[in-house]
This record gives sequence, C-alpha cells and structure tokens, in this order.
Amino acid sequence: MSQVIKTNAADVRFEGVSKIYGKDAVAVGDIDLTVEAGTLVTLLGPSGCGKTTTLRMIAGLELPTAGKIFVGGEDVTDLPATQRDIAMVFQSYALFPHMSVQENIAYGLVNSGMGRDEIAERTSSGMDLVGLKGFEKRLPSELSGGQQQRVAVARAIVLEPQVLLFDEPLSNLDAKLRRQVREEIRELQTGLGLTVVYVTHDQEEALAVSDKIVVMDKAKIAQIGTPVDLYDRPNSVFVADFIGEANILDCDVLSLGESESSVRIDNYQFAVGNVIPEDREARLAVRPRNIALSSESNPDALSGTVKKVSYVGSHYEYTIVGTFGEIFAIEDATLPLKSEGSEVSITFKGRGSCLVPS
Amino acid sequence: MKRDLQKAGIDSNLRLWLFVGVAGYLLLPWYGLEDFWTLGWVISFPLFSSDNPSGLFLISQGDSLWILPSLLTFLLSGFALRLPRANPSYSRLLMITGLSTVILVVTQGLSIGIRGWTTDWLGELFGPLNARQYGMGYGGLIFTVSALMIFCHGLASRPRKGADLFVTGAIGLVTAVVSVFVFFPIFIMLMSAFRTEDGGGSLLLFFQRLVEQKLWQVDCLVGAGPCGVAINSFLLAVSVGVITTVLGLCFALIIVRTGFRFNKILRALSVVPIITPPFVIGLAIILLFGLSGTVTTTVAEWLGLNPTRWVYGFTGVLIAQTLAFTPIAFLVLIGVVESVSPSLEEAAQTLRADRWTSFKTVTLPLIRPGLANAFLLGFIESMADFGNPLVLGGNLDVLSTEIFFAIVGAQYDQSGAAILATILLGFTLLAFYFQRFWLGKKSYVTVTGKGDSGIPTQLPKRVAIPAISIVSLWTVFTFVVYGMILYGSVVELWGVNNTLTFKHYITAFGLDWKDGIVWSGAAWDSFWTTMMISVTAAPFTAAVGLLTAYLLTRQKFFGQNAFEFGTMLSFAIPGTVIGVSYILAFNVPPIEITGTGLILVISFIFRNMPVGVRAGIASMTQIDKSLDESSATLGASTWATLRHVIMPLLKSATVAALVYSFVRAMTAISAVIFLVSAEYDMATSYIIGRVENNDYGLAIAYSTTLIVVMLLAILLLQFLVGRTKIGRRHAELESI
Ligand SMILES: Nc1ncnc2c1ncn2[C@@H]1O[C@H](COP(=O)(O)OP(=O)(O)O)[C@@H](O)[C@H]1O
Ligand SMILES: [Mg+2]
Repeated sequence: MSQVIKTNAADVRFEGVSKIYGKDAVAVGDIDLTVEAGTLVTLLGPSGCGKTTTLRMIAGLELPTAGKIFVGGEDVTDLPATQRDIAMVFQSYALFPHMSVQENIAYGLVNSGMGRDEIAERTSSGMDLVGLKGFEKRLPSELSGGQQQRVAVARAIVLEPQVLLFDEPLSNLDAKLRRQVREEIRELQTGLGLTVVYVTHDQEEALAVSDKIVVMDKAKIAQIGTPVDLYDRPNSVFVADFIGEANILDCDVLSLGESESSVRIDNYQFAVGNVIPEDREARLAVRPRNIALSSESNPDALSGTVKKVSYVGSHYEYTIVGTFGEIFAIEDATLPLKSEGSEVSITFKGRGSCLVPS
Repeated sequence: MKRDLQKAGIDSNLRLWLFVGVAGYLLLPWYGLEDFWTLGWVISFPLFSSDNPSGLFLISQGDSLWILPSLLTFLLSGFALRLPRANPSYSRLLMITGLSTVILVVTQGLSIGIRGWTTDWLGELFGPLNARQYGMGYGGLIFTVSALMIFCHGLASRPRKGADLFVTGAIGLVTAVVSVFVFFPIFIMLMSAFRTEDGGGSLLLFFQRLVEQKLWQVDCLVGAGPCGVAINSFLLAVSVGVITTVLGLCFALIIVRTGFRFNKILRALSVVPIITPPFVIGLAIILLFGLSGTVTTTVAEWLGLNPTRWVYGFTGVLIAQTLAFTPIAFLVLIGVVESVSPSLEEAAQTLRADRWTSFKTVTLPLIRPGLANAFLLGFIESMADFGNPLVLGGNLDVLSTEIFFAIVGAQYDQSGAAILATILLGFTLLAFYFQRFWLGKKSYVTVTGKGDSGIPTQLPKRVAIPAISIVSLWTVFTFVVYGMILYGSVVELWGVNNTLTFKHYITAFGLDWKDGIVWSGAAWDSFWTTMMISVTAAPFTAAVGLLTAYLLTRQKFFGQNAFEFGTMLSFAIPGTVIGVSYILAFNVPPIEITGTGLILVISFIFRNMPVGVRAGIASMTQIDKSLDESSATLGASTWATLRHVIMPLLKSATVAALVYSFVRAMTAISAVIFLVSAEYDMATSYIIGRVENNDYGLAIAYSTTLIVVMLLAILLLQFLVGRTKIGRRHAELESI
C-alpha cells in the first residue's frame, strides 16, 4: 500500500485489569484479554458496559485501579498516554480547530521530534492514504463530517502506532456513510497490518469488521470469539440475544453428543450443532431468520398462533404464541403470508439454533 | 521512540533545577531586592563582593551561617540522579530534600530579622544574636524556587500516580505564591490586630476593640445621631449591591430579550465606567451636586435658598458607587441571561405558561445564582471602595477610609487599622461564603456548546416597561456625568470662573524642548510609573490566572477543592485589606519590598488574578476535553498541549484578562493608596491628592487623560493579539 507509512503493530494484553471510579463504581471489573498483533478486535456491548473505559486504559488516558497492561510484551501500566506508542481516533474526532488539516496530521510527528522533511513526507502520504489530497490548507470546520474523520485517522496512522484505537468512530456519520467508512477502516487495517481495537455498540458493525469480538456486559467480558463463533456458539443468553437477536426457549436435552445434541420442545424433536457441558441446565436460542413457518399442520413440529404480522419491505416479521411462549420470526416476503390469528406449524432450519447455559 | 525522549527529559529537568539552585546560591546576591528594576549589582560581581554577597560568599566569610543547612539538604537531592526513576526512593528522596530545603529557608527567614531574633522566646532559647539579616534577594529567591521545584519533581515521579511534571510544578508554584502573597499578609494582619501597644498580644483586648460601640452603634437608623463605621459600610454595601444588581439585570434583560433600539449604545456605554477610576464619578457628582455644583446652584436659585452640601454623605457615595459598579453587575448578568436556553422558555410556553409566568418560573430561578454573584461583586466593590467615600463622604465614616486614616494619620495605629481591616474582611468573607455555599450549589446554567434553535423570548411587558425606563434614566445620567467630566477638565475654576482653558492639561502634561524633550508637566512622573507598573503586572496576572484556571478545569489532583477555594478567596479580599496587610507583612524581612514598584506589581497580580481565573475557566470549559486527550495520545507533553492546543484557543480569554488587569491596575486606588511611595507614585493616588487640595481642574483633566489612554490601549491590545480563527466543529450528521 504505502511505502512511507509502515507498521509497528504490537499485541495488547490485559491481566486482571479493573477500573473503579470513586469508591465502588466499577467501570471495568477484573478483565483478562489479549489482542494479537495485526488484528482488528472489537469491544462490543450495550451502553455503559465499560468499553470506552477499557479503550482509554489502553491509551493511558485512564490508569487502571488494579491489574497490568502489556503492549508488545512490555508493561505499560504506569505510563501516561504521552509516553505510550498508541494512537486514538476520538468519537468527536478531537481535531484541533485552529490548525489546518496538514498541521493536525503533522502534530504528532512534530511532538516525536522528527525532521522537517520526514514530517512533510509522512504527512502527505498519510493524506494520500485516506484520500484527502488537496485539502491540506483547510481548517477542520471547513470539512464535512466524513472528511474530518479521515483527518483523525490519518493523524493517528502517520505515527505508526503499536496499537490504533477507535471509539465509536461511525457514530457521527449518517447511515450510508457508515458502511463505506467502516470498510475503509478495515482495508487500511489489513493493508498496513495494524493492531486495531475498535469500540462499538452496534453488533452489525462489529460482525462486519472484526477478526475477533469481545462482548462486554456490566463491566465484565461476556465472551470473546470470531464473529462466526459468537453467532453460532454464544456462551450465554446475553450474547445470543445481543449478537443477532435470539428467541430463548426452554427445552429438554435428550442426549449430548460429540458434535451434536438432541433436543425436544413439546413434541418437536431436533438436533442442534453445539454441545454444552452435561452438568449444566440449558436453554435453546433460535435466530428469528432460522424459523420456518407453515400453514399445514405437522404433528412433529411446534404449533402456534400468529399474534401479529408486520410487513417491512423485503420480509415479514411475525410474533407467534404457543405453549412454548412467544417466538419472533422473520420470513422472506416471497413466501406466502400467514395472516394474523391463523394456526401455523413451526420448525427450525439447520444452522442458527444452539444451546446456551441458562 | 517517543518514550526515550521523554525519559531523558525527566532527568535533564532535575539536573536543570539542581544547577539553577546551586548557581543562585553561588553567584547571585542572597539579600536585598530593593533595586528590582536596575541591574547595578551585576557590575560588582557578587562572588567576590561584600556589597551584594552571594550565599556562598556569606558562608565563606562566616556570616549568616544559618543559611548553610538549606544548601546541604538541597545538595542531598542530587543523589536521586543515581537512582532509577522507578525506585520509590527516587521520589521520596526528592520530596524530602526539596521540602526540607524550603522549610529551612522559610524558618530562618522568619526567625532572624533586622534586629536579630524576631521573637523573644527564640532569644531565650538560643541566647542573644548579634547578627541581622535583610530581605531576600535574587539568590535566595532562585534557590528557594529551585528547591520547591525539586519537591514537585519528587511528587510527580511517585510510581503509579500518573502525575505530570509540569502540572505538579505549576500547582506547587501557584500554591506557593498564593500562600506568600495572599495568606501570609492576611495572617500577619490578623496577628497585628491582636497586638497591644507594648508589643504583647491580647485576645481580650482584641475582642473588646472588635465590638466597640463606636464601630457598631445603629443610632442613625432611629435618627439619633451617627451610626458606627462598620454599620455605615454594611448599609452602604448592601444598598449598592441591591441597586447595581437590579440595574444590571435590567440592562441584561433589555439587551438580550428586547429589540430595544439603543441596544448597541447600551453595550458600549456599559464599558466606559470600567475604564474610569471609580472616584472620577464622585468628582462628577461634586461638579453636579456639590456646593457650587450646577444642579445645586440652579435649584437653589429657583427656590431662593442657600446652596448646601446636601450631597456629601450617604446619598452622594451611594449615587457614585451605583454609577461606577452597575456595569460590573451587568457584565456578570448578561452572560447568565444569555446562557439560559431560549428553548426552555419556549417549552414553558407550550406547557400553557404565559410570558410572565414562564419568566417568573423558568428564567428567574435559572439566573438566581447570577444575581447572587452580581450582588456579591457590588457588595465587595462598595466595601473596598476608597475614592468615592473620600471625595464625597463628608461626615460619613466608612471602614475603608477609617483604615487609611488609622495608618497614615497622626496616630499611626497599626493594630487599629488591622482591626478595622479584619472587620471589613469578615464582611466580605461572609458574603462570599453565603454566595458560594448557600446559593452556589444551585447553579444550573451549563454551557453545552450545542446549538439551540430557540429564539429569545420577548420580555413580558410588566418587566420590559419599568426596565427600559430605569435604563433610559441611567443612560441619560451617565451621559451627563461624562459630559461634566469632559467639560470640567477645560474650565478655569468650576462654579467660580467658567472660562474655557487648557490650563489644567498643560499643568499636568506639559512638554518643553530644551536639548530634547523635557517632561515638565506635573503628572508625567506618576503617569509613567502607572503605565510601567500596569504593563508589567498585566501579563503576570493573565498568566497566573489562566494557569490556575487550567489546573482547575483540566487536571485532577489531591486538594483541588482547597486549591480552588484559596485562589478564589483573594477575590473576596477588598483592596483596602490587601493594602494594609501588605505594608504590615512586607516592610520587614524576609520579604522586604515596601516602597518599591515591585510591591505594587505584586498587589495587582494577586488582586486581579481571580478575574483571570474566571475568564479562563469560562472559556476552558468550552474547549472539548478530548482535544487534550488526543494531543496526549499524539505524544505531546502537558506543556506542549497547553502551548499548542489550549492557548491558541484561549486568545480572547487572554485578551480579556490582559485588558482587565491593565485597566484595573490603572484605575485601582484602594490598595494602591497604602503602597505608593515618593518614588513610585501612581496616577490615582496623585489625583486623590489633588482633590484633597481642592485642585479639581487638574484632577479631572488627569482622569480624562487616563480614560482616553486606556481606551487606546484596549484597542491596541485587541489589534495585537488578534483572534483565533476557528469555525464551529460540526457534531451533527453529515455526508461527504
Ligand atoms: N469519570 C467517571 N466517573 C465515574 N464513573 C464513570 C466515569 N467514566 C465512566 N464512568 C462509569 O463507568 C461505566 C462505564 O463507562 P464507559 O466505559 O464510558 O461505558 P461505554 O461502554 O458506554 O463506553 C459507566 O457506568 C459510567 O457511568
Ligand atoms: Mg462509550
């Protein structure tokens, strides 16, 4: 990609890190985490779960209350932000309003005591990388939101940081731009081989860009895994529901196999793809899109009544009630409509159902 | 890469302070700051001179041996260079050695004075001492500051604290100077209030004098003779506080909430009294209502009465102070009124409240803290005002003038002045306390920086009509007053001989030409002194104020609340009290600066600093904190962030602080009157002197000149500093 800007990507490791504000406001509670060098890892979770705090501890903007943080194998726990080799793209971009685009991008280079020529060279290739050629002399206020964000990104990557941090980078952009920018960020990351830690509360965004996702809940890590892992094998009701929505149903586990388990709800018996330790109570998580509805009655399937249908363009959304409780299902609009009040039989399609410990 | 640079920086900083401290000890004169402005001592190089001996020279001569221990503790800190920084002993060593050096210097400075031991019990303890020492000089100063910085360095390098060298250094420095120049003199003043005539101290006598009948009698309220001094001051200050607050509110409401045609003029008008020395208004009142005043004589002629001195006393001082201090209330309140989001009142109106109800139930409660603040300012200003009571007071005795006469009068009653000053301070501190802890908690107004699409609601009629009438009256009156001042400066002798003349200007500012310019005017001396001192004080005031604001808004540190309270406290200390406490504290070693220009500069810095702090806080809270953070992640040190990011965005606050401190230094009188000397006379005290000799023409001509000079200076400063070019950053949704 670029000749001038290279990477110093390093890994990040958290060992038992906690952050407690005041006496007992636990923002992050005892986290262990490894981010491998050259990967993009997302911190995902509902608002207030401690994502930003975690990110700021990597940056050195907050010092942990307990635990250790390593970057590139070196203990940086006590180093303030200035002395870490870590760059960050802020949610508000935090561009210096009195400096031109060029000055903003050169700022970090000047601080690291680089020569004039090298600064110029890196600044201009940084601007190339994010497609901002020709905007050198503009002030941040003279740029659109998307352009401002590119400046913020360029300003960070020209420093060749060990780790690059993003805090909800897309939240100030409109919906169309979001998709484009997140792809650009991913391209840049793979192209340069950067280590990136990325915070978002949007599961779709996380699934789209990440090598690995760290799902957080109430100051703790709920699960770490690849997008596929998390989608197919969530380890908790919370993760199953947070990533891609899920109906959580009570079920009887008939047998636990090596790679498949047999499960029954009412008189509907079927196989699910993952297993959980025997001694644990389990519930079934079913994705709305993995539910097949049929108007014909089927003694070997679940049966229920359509309580509500809504048409949302490409598909129908159904709410169905039955002895199992309530199920939310999504069907393609090309399939025949099941009207409100009608009886339907319900089956679960192959992938997309799984057992989770309850 | 950036990490290595930083590590090297930390140790070189320690080396630097070690070097500076030792150099101060070896090379610079340990004693005597008297000729602060001249560098005559440089010629007789101090190492080899006994005129201005350096610390080392003193010791080598066997003199002042008590300054030796501090050198030893200071040198001990050098051992830290051999320790790794991560070692806890590194910071512990620096903290201990730095602090003990400071304590040693301060202790010896306070216990040995011009006549040996400063207190008897020291003499009893150690036996009589024949040696003496004078005030601290460059050497002692620089050495002590270095020791303080080494202590701060130790604080900053405690492991796992994430402290920053620049920040701890700045906190240490601000704390030290505020302690030395605000708390120390106040403490000395309180001590001398306890002092009896024979030099002892007595608590009982102090309380007796504190509650004396003469101070507190309330006879005037029941019409049975004069009130006590304290009561007079209190009644006056409360009246002035209430009236200026109401007037200021009228102004602010009219400008923000009505389409009144003369809004621009009102705004401009509100600035003029700020650049007017406060007692000048008093002079104008005399020209209008005095014995030979225009109004008095005209009315007397109509009614066929003899003109009287009716205006002298409570009425006159009240009118003058109201005119002088209303703009201050206005400036406080316009900010508050503007910051009440218009959509709040709009919301109230959609909730079925009519205009008056929504004003009463939404706007008024929201600006209540502002009202309290404006009242406090008016109260303190009136309490501290010295000029107006002096020119217009007549038989009305108030604390500030009584303090002055106690000090300069025949009796030279130090402890009497100190007691009066203590009462004055007590009043303002009480007001400050109420404002801060009682109303201050209810501050709702926050500047979010978010755009507000609401349109300021029109003022309800029953507020608008009285407000506009009051303000119009005030405006007309102000025009008359300033007309009088201008006119008064060009008539021969007011009320006696009304021929026009430039005589007064020539007497004051005449120039001759005899082998170059000869500054023959009588006012030139005090004029140039005033300029020099104001110009010197302004940048320091702005710097200390803005630095403090930065520490308060941008940093978190142990004892922050106490720090904030301490720096804002000097705001509640009237100039008169500063004046008295300074002459009591600084006319003896260890800091011996009475009679110098330096004491004037310092008094201005600490008197006006709180305004710099406020201006700084107001604009810094509007700068998004993520700017600092991103600068830090981009490898900038705290100092670099301050210089490259915060300061450029603070240009207008800087201008405000500079202008304000310059203007205040030019117009101040209450502290100045105590601190001027023959060599360093200030314009205001010179003018007051002229007034006392009934030389009104010259006084008014000089005042007019000062006003014009300040106007020019403000324009020049605005032009020089310029404005930061920034647009608003967009936080809204936007496409490329
Ligand atoms: N400076 C602070 N003081 C006290 N509590 C804080 C502070 N910053 C964050 N918190 C709390 O810590 C928790 C985690 O915050 P944060 O990391 O910002 O969450 P998010 O996952 O939404 O980014 C929240 O409950 C928040 O209220
Ligand atoms: Mg967040």
